[in-house]
Amino acid sequence: MVIDALNDVLRTIKTGSKGYWAWVGSLAGIAVIGLLFYFGQQVPDGLLATNMRDQVSWGWYIANFTFLVGVAAAAVVLVIPYYLYDVKPLSNMVLIGEVMAVSAVSMCLMFIVLDMGSPERFWHLLPGIGIFNWPQSILTWDVIVLNAYLALNLFIVIYALSKIYAGKSYKTGFIWPLILLSIPAAISIHTVTAFLYLGVPARPFWNAAVLAPRFIASAFCSGPALMLIIFQIIRKNTKLEIPDKAFFKVGELITWAMACNLFFLITEIFKERYSDTAHIAPLNYLFYGLQGHDHLVPWIWTAIFFNCIAFVILLMPALRKNFLTLNIACVLIFIGVYIEKGIGLIFPGFTPDTLGEIYDYMPNTMELVISLAVWAIGLLIFTLGAKVAIAIQTGEIGHAKPSDH
Amino acid sequence: MSDDTKGNDKSQVTRRKFLAGLTAGAAALGLPAGADARGFDEYFRQHFQRLDEDDLKVILKNMNEELSFKYGKKVNVKATPPIDNTVFGYALDLSRCIGCRRCVYACVKENNLSRNPEIQWIKVLEFANDNNKWQLLEHTNRYYDPPKVPEKGKFYVPVQCQQCKKPPCTKVCPVKATWKEPDGIVVVDYNWCIGCRFCMAACPYGARSFNWGEPHVPKEEINPNMHYLGNRPNYKGVVGKCTFCIQRSREGRYTACVEACPVGARKFGNLMDPKSEIRYILENMKVFRLKEEIDTNPKFFYFFSTGTGVKS
Repeated sequence: MVIDALNDVLRTIKTGSKGYWAWVGSLAGIAVIGLLFYFGQQVPDGLLATNMRDQVSWGWYIANFTFLVGVAAAAVVLVIPYYLYDVKPLSNMVLIGEVMAVSAVSMCLMFIVLDMGSPERFWHLLPGIGIFNWPQSILTWDVIVLNAYLALNLFIVIYALSKIYAGKSYKTGFIWPLILLSIPAAISIHTVTAFLYLGVPARPFWNAAVLAPRFIASAFCSGPALMLIIFQIIRKNTKLEIPDKAFFKVGELITWAMACNLFFLITEIFKERYSDTAHIAPLNYLFYGLQGHDHLVPWIWTAIFFNCIAFVILLMPALRKNFLTLNIACVLIFIGVYIEKGIGLIFPGFTPDTLGEIYDYMPNTMELVISLAVWAIGLLIFTLGAKVAIAIQTGEIGHAKPSDH
Repeated sequence: MSDDTKGNDKSQVTRRKFLAGLTAGAAALGLPAGADARGFDEYFRQHFQRLDEDDLKVILKNMNEELSFKYGKKVNVKATPPIDNTVFGYALDLSRCIGCRRCVYACVKENNLSRNPEIQWIKVLEFANDNNKWQLLEHTNRYYDPPKVPEKGKFYVPVQCQQCKKPPCTKVCPVKATWKEPDGIVVVDYNWCIGCRFCMAACPYGARSFNWGEPHVPKEEINPNMHYLGNRPNYKGVVGKCTFCIQRSREGRYTACVEACPVGARKFGNLMDPKSEIRYILENMKVFRLKEEIDTNPKFFYFFSTGTGVKS
């Protein structure tokens, strides 16, 4: 039985259209190129090979990490309405949303390892043989919640799929509390990741309480936006049925999340601009430029412009329920939040540095290529996971009953 | 393991045997070339505060051999413990500082800091006396380079680790690779740091430097008088910082920056000793500390013994 199931899974992964193989092949290709850069350049030369320096000591890797913690929330935007409020149209989406969470958290962990100066010493973190500075260091909290969230989603997805495969319902017994637990777990990965930054009084740009709620608001925009696009691709290319209503429902959720995100942005800008203290320098650096250093300025205004346009589109039911405009809004939001959470949060947090020096950081080619490779690996995990999940849910393999999930 | 440490407890011996076994196993498997017994021991070395006396003896002996061989002179790495009833404090007289950066270079030399890539633990900020207007940090200049210092209308503020009583950097370290010693010095175990750089994000004074690449110190310039928690050569991928020259101060000597200062702007001593110069300054001068609003409680004080410090 188990062997049969695993064979079915392998067969599913191994059979696909030309398009599927081209996609998987190019992802694998990008991953290999990234690994070559990592082991050929970053490992031997150290992080000196990046553009990071003492002034801006976290860069593109941590920016991507931060953004992807947000994407990992995508699942919860489906989990809450589906499991708690029984919003039926989401039934075929929810498990794939959890596969997405698994891939996103995997990418987060890869970015953390990439950013470490001495990753081979990872065992120093292991409680017992190493030293785990918990509860003092917020980073140890992040290690706990990210790994817990990963384990939780991985377990729920595998358990649910194996039940569906066997033709049984999965929403019974001990899995319920785990599903419920995945909701605060999702919130906790954002909260704790935000706490990494906002708990640092040395960096006034981050040391603001609004950072955490804004994290969650923007996460509930970017993750679902990516998901809406991916689900349309899935719907076109597989037998998985997803009603239009499901897309519009998620679109509505994004609208309110974006409303919160923009509102928090306004409070942030107002607080700094109106009080106009010595702490305003990073905000000015980001939005207006400081002493002629203005290379982040076009990026942040693009992000805000994109987010506002998307918000206006989503606010109008006619446009939200039109796939062309809905997709435009989703793409704008994805790009907008990607800029905002990366370039707009990490870099200005360090600029000017604590002694006032302005170092204009931007990632170099190696950082971009290696980061792209992490995305490729993450998408590969998602593609394979989603392919299996879809095959099981549509009854291509196993004994799924359409009414059951 | 030498024979003169018979009295150690058995678990240590077992652990070492276990490691030796691992090493042999690794050799048999053809694992990384150069993963010899010492390399393995070094990889599995415990946190400094968990090493017992015998462990430490062996480690220091091996380290001395290795470094003496590498740098072609007799290196002595010590692990001198803190002196009882001693908490080190520092005071800097801004009215005297002429911005010559002799302290910076003395520090680099004393602490075996990498020359390439260049690492400096002391930064000197140049402030302009702009009509007595308060100057924001982002208007200061760290890279001033006039033909002669001090320049007219300028004053200089050297910044290094402030050895906070409430250090924000040690709090955030996920593996406790950095901590405050009983004599108030904040140190890093270079063999334990994982290079996450959270401490650098948390430090309000830019006092921590990361070894972005492999550090290089020319053989002929190596300072052989080293401390395990201080000036031994750093590794690629770990964080380093000023330790009030722990290799000197714990032997009752002045730090290198104090000795190098040509105008006597730098004062150093034991805060617990009521007759020390540092105590005299704290009791008789108007001192201030950097970024007091963050309440890190530095043991590094600034003061003006005369005038404003602005060169006219």
